[in-house]
Amino acid sequence: MALTKADMVEHLFDELGLNKREAKDLVEMFFEEIRQALERGEQVKLSGFGNFDLREKRQRPGRNPKTGEEIPISARRVVTFRPGQKLKARVEAYAGRDEFKN
Amino acid sequence: MTKSELIEVIANAQNHLAYRDVELAVKHLVERMSQALASGDRIEIRGFGSFSLHYRPPRVGRNPKTGDSVTLEGKYVPHFKPGKELRERVKDAYLQSLGQAEAS
Repeated sequence: MALTKADMVEHLFDELGLNKREAKDLVEMFFEEIRQALERGEQVKLSGFGNFDLREKRQRPGRNPKTGEEIPISARRVVTFRPGQKLKARVEAYAGRDEFKN
Repeated sequence: MTKSELIEVIANAQNHLAYRDVELAVKHLVERMSQALASGDRIEIRGFGSFSLHYRPPRVGRNPKTGDSVTLEGKYVPHFKPGKELRERVKDAYLQSLGQAEAS
């Protein structure tokens, strides 16, 4: 099962007793403020989780896969995610347990 | 922007919740997301992106100090794929900043 915004709202409601409105606004703001920082060109660091970094890409030649027509892919800035040590270790620990099970 | 700066921005942008509550809520959200990945679940946030686990197959690595080869087991690593809205907003803001730099 994938974790969604609705699950995160539910979690704040259950665990912290925020009302549904407050919880929904908070989850929205959480992702919106991260998006805005990235839009401003700022890296976002969430300790214990990971960093959202930005990389600049130059224009490069591309092709429309359907028509085969050549169209340049414009210069752009892209978001990359680097998981932190703690998250990587937690994920690996789970994978280890999973293999043991099989 | 760090986690504490994010907490501060959110606390200032609304007036329902005290700083302390926003701090607790943000910490809970980050922990909930870590927990999802740590138990093998994906995270799907429309307009932001999705997190999933990618498998890295076993390989033979080397101890950089001694040069000895060591067998490294296969493992899972977290992966993030930015969503359409995030990709476009970051790209558009960047192109706009390039345009402004050229104009001045």
